[in-house]
Amino acid sequence: MLKVENLHAAVDGKEILKGLSLEVPAGEVHAIMGPNGAGKSTLSYVLTGRDGYEVTGGSATLDGEDLLALAPDERAARGVFLSFQYPLEIPGVPALTFIRTALNAQRRARGEGEISAPEFLKLARTKSAELKIDFEMLKRALNVGFSGGEKKRMEILQMAMLSPRFLILDETDSGLDIDALRIVSEGVNALRSPDRAMLVITHYQRLLDYIKPDRVHVLAGGRIVASGGPELALELEKAGYERYEAAA
Amino acid sequence: MAAVKQTVEHVAALEKYQHGFVTEIEQDFAPKGLNADIVRFISAKKDEPEWMLQWRLEAFERWQAMEEPAWAKVSFPRIDYQDSYYYAAPKTKEGPKSLDEVDPDLLETYKKLGIPLKEQEVLAGVEGAPRYAVDAVFDSVSVVTTFKKELAQAGVIFCSMSEAIREHPELVRKYLGSVVPVSDNYFACLNSAVFSDGSFVYVPPGVRCPMELSTYFRINAENSGQFERTLIIADKGAYVSYLEGCTAPMRDENQLHAAVVELFALDDAEIKYSTVQNWYPGDPETGKGGIYNFVTKRADCRGDRSKVSWTQVETGSAITWKYPSCVLRGNESSGEFYSIAITNGRQQADTGTKMIHLGANTRSRIISKGISAGKSSNTYRGLVSAHPKAKGARNFTQCDSLLIGKQCAAHTVPYIEARNGQAKFEHEATTTRLSEDQLFYVMQRGLSQEEAVQLLVNGFVKDVLQELPMEFAVEAQKLVAISLEGSVG
Repeated sequence: MLKVENLHAAVDGKEILKGLSLEVPAGEVHAIMGPNGAGKSTLSYVLTGRDGYEVTGGSATLDGEDLLALAPDERAARGVFLSFQYPLEIPGVPALTFIRTALNAQRRARGEGEISAPEFLKLARTKSAELKIDFEMLKRALNVGFSGGEKKRMEILQMAMLSPRFLILDETDSGLDIDALRIVSEGVNALRSPDRAMLVITHYQRLLDYIKPDRVHVLAGGRIVASGGPELALELEKAGYERYEAAA
Repeated sequence: MAAVKQTVEHVAALEKYQHGFVTEIEQDFAPKGLNADIVRFISAKKDEPEWMLQWRLEAFERWQAMEEPAWAKVSFPRIDYQDSYYYAAPKTKEGPKSLDEVDPDLLETYKKLGIPLKEQEVLAGVEGAPRYAVDAVFDSVSVVTTFKKELAQAGVIFCSMSEAIREHPELVRKYLGSVVPVSDNYFACLNSAVFSDGSFVYVPPGVRCPMELSTYFRINAENSGQFERTLIIADKGAYVSYLEGCTAPMRDENQLHAAVVELFALDDAEIKYSTVQNWYPGDPETGKGGIYNFVTKRADCRGDRSKVSWTQVETGSAITWKYPSCVLRGNESSGEFYSIAITNGRQQADTGTKMIHLGANTRSRIISKGISAGKSSNTYRGLVSAHPKAKGARNFTQCDSLLIGKQCAAHTVPYIEARNGQAKFEHEATTTRLSEDQLFYVMQRGLSQEEAVQLLVNGFVKDVLQELPMEFAVEAQKLVAISLEGSVG
């Protein structure tokens, strides 16, 4: 699925990723942990093609296709989805409209037909019920006046409806209380499947109690400095990142 | 929202300014320049009664003593008023009596513009499809008015201004120039002297006009000014909804458009006036060409409980100078102004409204959405005032500006004057830049940059689009998309 090799990237001329390599096979969930400023969010933006994140070396491919050559919307159409740490407010655009516009844009780009209105509404009703989102809320402008927890749930709803293949969750647990965390995690777990892969970026072990990773990587100083099984996350929780920061 | 989808679909297929074609039609011109003889020529051409000619000549005399206003936040080279044609009409011996007599080239032009001029085509449409009567103005002259008979059955008069002057002089004399006085301002005064045609509407007491009325203005001839005059009167308890659409071909020379629109609402009457303005905006790089749109629009809410609502989507013109206003004279009368003004390239817009509260318990509402892109400048200028007698007057104003890119400008200039202690005015204003964060967020979900801008902009203007009649809302949404093409990146 995702293969990143010796990736270098800079923001405003300052190198943030310094030779990062990572492989996430289909069907697996990998966690990226690391201290503040290690380059975790930069990695998610570089993989999704945000302006201002300049790739200065290395490669990133999705099923063999060069991701870095594609525009953000082209990557989305190929199934790359980023759940934002801070989801944006979109005034005047109801959540339903937003998701439908996005879904149809992706389907068109893939040469599929647009989804019919009844089919779309049915999907929206089912998925929002699963995430315990009041359907009426989807008629409001996306994220405008939503609480932190509501915004995160809305991210997962978009994810469930757009049905991406490669999912990046950037600090999805931040700002969530324990109930919301459980609901969001259930939503994410429901998307686990043999033909999908996930990259879960997080500060804390807490989220990984709910979304169990197959592999855990430590990102420090712009590179992956350690990789291991789920036990690595527990170890980090106890010992902290200091050791790795020193190593980086 | 289907309209958003439609915008996204249509935009790729459309040219930047798709109305920039010229129709080769034999034109009848007045000699270039402006003097009392030209005024007489225009009046004679239109076979006007003496009182009308005198009215025009008086206006011309006053105009000569006036100065072009300089207070608006727009700049342009000095206009040589002698270097323009003040009358250009498609050449026909007499005014057309029916559609069959109208020059087929003209009809073709209107067809290109998507105006359902031919009644039969409209009538042949799907049952329940929207129908609206159209008055088409080509350069200076009203070419054809549709659905006349059906409207007459309801007692509604909808005809060209020239015809109204001949056929309904008592109504014209009673109302013309009574809310926009001849010498109100430089451009209105010029219009009063040389206006060539326009639309006239009278809706009798208690009548709800059975269909949308619409006028399409098109400037075609080179170096010609267009000076329409529109007069709409809703008698007691009447209702009418009116839409105005505007296009022009692309030219190297700027063309002057100075219209006057007067609305009158008597007791319990309601007028809804919508404009979708898409004059040629000029070359996006140099600003060359394009229409100077200096328009005076004012409504007199003369009757108690009368209501006037202005909705405008302003996307075209090199320069827009326009303040559709309401004089709230009747007690409990109300005025509304909903505006979307978009500037791109080198466009300059100075637009807004005046709500003048004279009667007791009058209400007004202003929602203005300005969008600036490219190297354009977009100014909202508004006045809300309450007379000492306007006890209990209320106004709510919301002015939002959206900036796209870093080389454009947005300004808000609100004037608020309350001359009694019981007036309640609220003003809210915001200025935001279309953020990189938002754009990236939307693109990450699968929309191209252009589609993302459209989605965000459509969200920004949604409150105003909702005020437009359905079929025009879709058209307006397309226009919004087209005028912002290439505004990012």
